[in-house]
Amino acid sequence: MRIFGLNRRIIRVLLGSQYAHMLEYRAEIALWALSGVLPFIMLSVWSGSEARTGLGLDGVALDRYFLSAYLVRQFTVVWVVYAFEEDALLGRLSPYLLQPLHPLWRYVAAHLGEQLTRLPFAALIAAVFFVVQPQAFWLPSLGGFLLAWLATWMAFAIAFLFQSLIAALCFWSEKASALERLQFIPFVFLSGLLAPLTAFPPEVRAFAQWTPFPYLIDFPARVLAGQPVDLMAGFGAQLAWIALLLPLVLLLWRAGVRRYSAMGA
Amino acid sequence: MIRVEGLSKTYRVAEKQPGLAGTLRHFIRRRTRDVVAVQDVSFQIEPGEMVGFLGANGAGKTTTLKMLCGLIHPSSGSVQVAGYRPQRRQADFLRRITLVMGQKQQLLWDLPPMDSLRVNAAVYGIPDQLAQRRINALADLLELGEELTRPVRKLSLGQRMKAELLAALLHEPEVLFLDEPTLGLDVNAQARVRQFLADYNRRTGATVLLTSHYMADITALCPRVLLIHQGSLFHDGPLDQLTLALAPEREVRFELEHPVTADALVGLGRLESLQGSSVHLRVARDELTSVVAALLDRFPVVDLEVNDPPIDALIGDLFRKGRV
Repeated sequence: MRIFGLNRRIIRVLLGSQYAHMLEYRAEIALWALSGVLPFIMLSVWSGSEARTGLGLDGVALDRYFLSAYLVRQFTVVWVVYAFEEDALLGRLSPYLLQPLHPLWRYVAAHLGEQLTRLPFAALIAAVFFVVQPQAFWLPSLGGFLLAWLATWMAFAIAFLFQSLIAALCFWSEKASALERLQFIPFVFLSGLLAPLTAFPPEVRAFAQWTPFPYLIDFPARVLAGQPVDLMAGFGAQLAWIALLLPLVLLLWRAGVRRYSAMGA
Repeated sequence: MIRVEGLSKTYRVAEKQPGLAGTLRHFIRRRTRDVVAVQDVSFQIEPGEMVGFLGANGAGKTTTLKMLCGLIHPSSGSVQVAGYRPQRRQADFLRRITLVMGQKQQLLWDLPPMDSLRVNAAVYGIPDQLAQRRINALADLLELGEELTRPVRKLSLGQRMKAELLAALLHEPEVLFLDEPTLGLDVNAQARVRQFLADYNRRTGATVLLTSHYMADITALCPRVLLIHQGSLFHDGPLDQLTLALAPEREVRFELEHPVTADALVGLGRLESLQGSSVHLRVARDELTSVVAALLDRFPVVDLEVNDPPIDALIGDLFRKGRV
């Protein structure tokens, strides 16, 4: 059975080839993993500040939160809009559109291949973190780990769909990636990368809950760090965002393909 | 197999004057205009036919091909390919066609072609063993061997183009849309690709619509040609009817031991250029043998080359002279 042209064999082969493809860029991906250390910088900022008492997390919990935020971020980085924009401009999209497989699956596979390549580098950085901060070491229970994995995967799905929505605008505007940059600042502030959401005033927190951002980092990071979190509300919100974004992406994509002029091809 | 009726495509393009003032005007008040790329084109192609699609740059060839394979939607008119409306891009339709576009590639750049072929086999639902048999057979025809296991970026243009063809044909499509499949290849590689396409057509009975800038591609493969100019169809018929009108002359280029004057070349065809000892002539087809014989008799010739003029130039000549 095929879902949007996808079956188990295609998943296996596509993932295998994309993983092999990403391994060719392992040095670059290692640098990306290194460059995502913003949560550690924020950890050192908060640790040295009196304001940390307002975060509602003690020293070890704060360490674990930011390490979890780093790890979650490593597996929710999305760049589909840039890849799609380049493919559309250079005409590489055309052959993909003429195959019986929705082109977005190729980008999903490329992201998953990249995450797999990133995994050892992220693990190494986590290991170095534990050497430097041995008191922060913890191993989540199997159940906790599976829940965190699911929350991270759903966070990735939201981020991917959100950016795919912007990517689909490439059918109308050749530089839709500029829109993606617009959402970067609210993402950095409201996702929990700079500080756990508990650090924000109640009004900001209440506003953030209505955006997808806290479910991209803050929620999965708290689940991974084993901190108190409303699982039902978190997973419910993640599901709701996926349920909202998925049909929007498909509709916009369908409308966009009708406008496609196969530039550069 | 292919039925096209009243097919038209109009693009809306932005217009901007050069310079800062033009940029500011464009920013404040964006102006667009409609460009008619294809206008009221109709034709039919029967199963198994190989048809050449000719036209100067910008004539509307590629736009027509894109509409026939469903990549872009027509502004008006109707298209049927293998019984399907291409723009709906149903999976069953996509399994029956392929589009090869010059040097645009579908192969993963950093991996060997074999990896991309495995992906294609899975996407098209071709069982592993059958896919391997087809890869072996196509690789034999295309004279590809160890190239299939070398990263695409390490392959020459010709090797890459052949690997692209293999990838595009792995699912044995019934209809091939080929847009400049030999563009940029050397003469030997062009000949091999032509031979391959002829064999493929003979073996599978596939229908082929082919555009090319090389007259040799068309003459070797296509008994019938469509000629398109400024979006409209001007000729649909046998190639030999068009050949005389299209290429009544051949290009003769030669290098002499010593420089000559233009006077010395009088009576040897039409002089296109003369730079010292390098000469470029256009010679009527029926006078070619006698002119070449006279040349060799009169001058110490170091190098000699006889070609068909580029199709673009021929078609340009044709329309300038109002012969179509």
